[in-house]
Amino acid sequence: MIVVTSLVVENATVVRPLGPAPASRGVPRWLRKAPTYIFLTIVAVASVYPLYFMVVGATNTSPDVLGSRLLPGGNLFANFRALVAAQDLGGALWHSSLNAVLTTIAALAVCSIAGYGFEVFHSKGKDRVMSLLLLAMMIPFAATMIPLFRMFAQFGLLNSTFAVILPAISTPFLILLFRQSARSFPHEVLEAARIDGLSEFWIFVRIFVPTMRSTYAAAAVITFMNAWNNFLWPRVILVANRYQTMPMLISNFRAGYVIDYGVLMLAVLIASLPTMIVFLVLQRSFANGITGAIK
Amino acid sequence: MSTIDLTPDQAGVRTPARHRGTGLEKKRSLTGWIFLLPAALLICWMNFYPMIQAFLLSLQSGKGAKLTWAHPAWYNYARLFKDPQFLQTLKTTFIYLVIQVPIMLILALILATLLNSKTLRFKGLFRTAIFLPCAVSLVSYSFVFRTLFSTDGPVNDALMGLHLISSPVNWLANAGTARFVIILGLLWRWTGYNMVFYLAGLQNIDYSTFEAARIDGAGPVKTFIYVTIPQLKPMILLTAIMSTNGTLQLFDESWNLTQGGPANMSMSMSHYLYQLSFQNNPNIGYGSAVSYAILIMVAILALIQMRVGDRRD
Repeated sequence: MIVVTSLVVENATVVRPLGPAPASRGVPRWLRKAPTYIFLTIVAVASVYPLYFMVVGATNTSPDVLGSRLLPGGNLFANFRALVAAQDLGGALWHSSLNAVLTTIAALAVCSIAGYGFEVFHSKGKDRVMSLLLLAMMIPFAATMIPLFRMFAQFGLLNSTFAVILPAISTPFLILLFRQSARSFPHEVLEAARIDGLSEFWIFVRIFVPTMRSTYAAAAVITFMNAWNNFLWPRVILVANRYQTMPMLISNFRAGYVIDYGVLMLAVLIASLPTMIVFLVLQRSFANGITGAIK
Repeated sequence: MSTIDLTPDQAGVRTPARHRGTGLEKKRSLTGWIFLLPAALLICWMNFYPMIQAFLLSLQSGKGAKLTWAHPAWYNYARLFKDPQFLQTLKTTFIYLVIQVPIMLILALILATLLNSKTLRFKGLFRTAIFLPCAVSLVSYSFVFRTLFSTDGPVNDALMGLHLISSPVNWLANAGTARFVIILGLLWRWTGYNMVFYLAGLQNIDYSTFEAARIDGAGPVKTFIYVTIPQLKPMILLTAIMSTNGTLQLFDESWNLTQGGPANMSMSMSHYLYQLSFQNNPNIGYGSAVSYAILIMVAILALIQMRVGDRRD
């Protein structure tokens, strides 16, 4: 599909009466483009190589991983058995999934309705509140981590899912993303729905949410990835080892004296699969959502 | 879908709605406030309130849970300037910042410009490949890089195979090379991420401006400097602030990839903060002062970047 679209575009370029830029006159087109393709290929290979190394490494023995064997081996199941025997893989996957899914649902709900509220019921006071909230983007997490830990400890909420997700629900970035995309929401539709007697909340739920699918997809990708991959805060708040998430499980490898690199690569691969799948599935909507939001 | 059902009513009944009283306006404004209340309250509770608390904590001292007000009040802040370990992590973090962020942003800009070309083939393939590292968690890629750069690992094998080095380099045992590996890792992980922002920005720029430059005889480099960069300025500003913010808070790579070593030479400020506040014998007051140092640096650098970004208009 990619090839077809670019071919069409290319034909159009040839037909266009502009002609090539003066500097490159006389040089064949494919030669002029060659450095671009070579450069892009090098960057693309460099980007994918560590990931390929990870995938192949998961199927190889430890010496083969270090020996930079680039072909898949037959050690996948042995690595899996070793990983399950050494670590609570199921528990870590469950905690990570729970945290990431709940954070994503809560963040999308809270931030999208806020972004919609800021834009559709726009007023001077709300603008002021928005610029105040945007300041929170400048607060590094490092500067709030200690008091947050103390607060949750006081409430007896250490090791709780609630404490893991609560700080990640409302982010200025997501509110801004939804506010920007609400800008393109047609006002006529809104008025028409009001006349039809739909209440403001239901207008949001039944009309805004379905039309803003690509923004929701972009927000979901960003939030899910951040939540799934978050390491520092879960490490701080999940004091007991049995509540550990996938990144924490992997991090524990560094404590071992002898590392089995095949098992390590498998753990790293398992931890990466959910975010990669989410990204690859929602990739197009993600790009559209970001583009729509920054117009 | 339901939007289509609603449109027929629109034309005829639209005017009465406008003449409804201000009571309705007030009610709507209130609805708006209710809509944004949960998000606003959460940000106050999870960001602003702890930020103030951290400041109060930074004026206290004592180990563990027993805290008293420090004498003088700025004791913890004065200690920062005399703490060699803190100064070391500060220096290291700024090395990461000054080297990695500019290289990454320029590379991302070049990649985005190339991928924005209308005649380029396999665009989708390149874009996906270059963005893919972003789908991997920081902890995961830290361990992949750790393996790649281990003494008997693939990077040394390849370099020795190419006869570029005669004996294996112990990448993580030397301050310079350990930092180099972290910078390389950061570049690998984040270049594609920034590229996506630039690509999105480029899509909103009229393609004819690039063509106009071409007709005027500007080569690709001149077009890039005089057409692309000025039009992408708001996006460059955003990514510069985000990257600066992220690098100043670097933790996962320092913790997992180099473990701060050798001898804490590659340790980031956040890593030191974690060590101070949550390990061994926590010193929360001093930890809070370190966290405020990070906060102040983030704020100052963001302010400088916004000033510079505004001035060139």
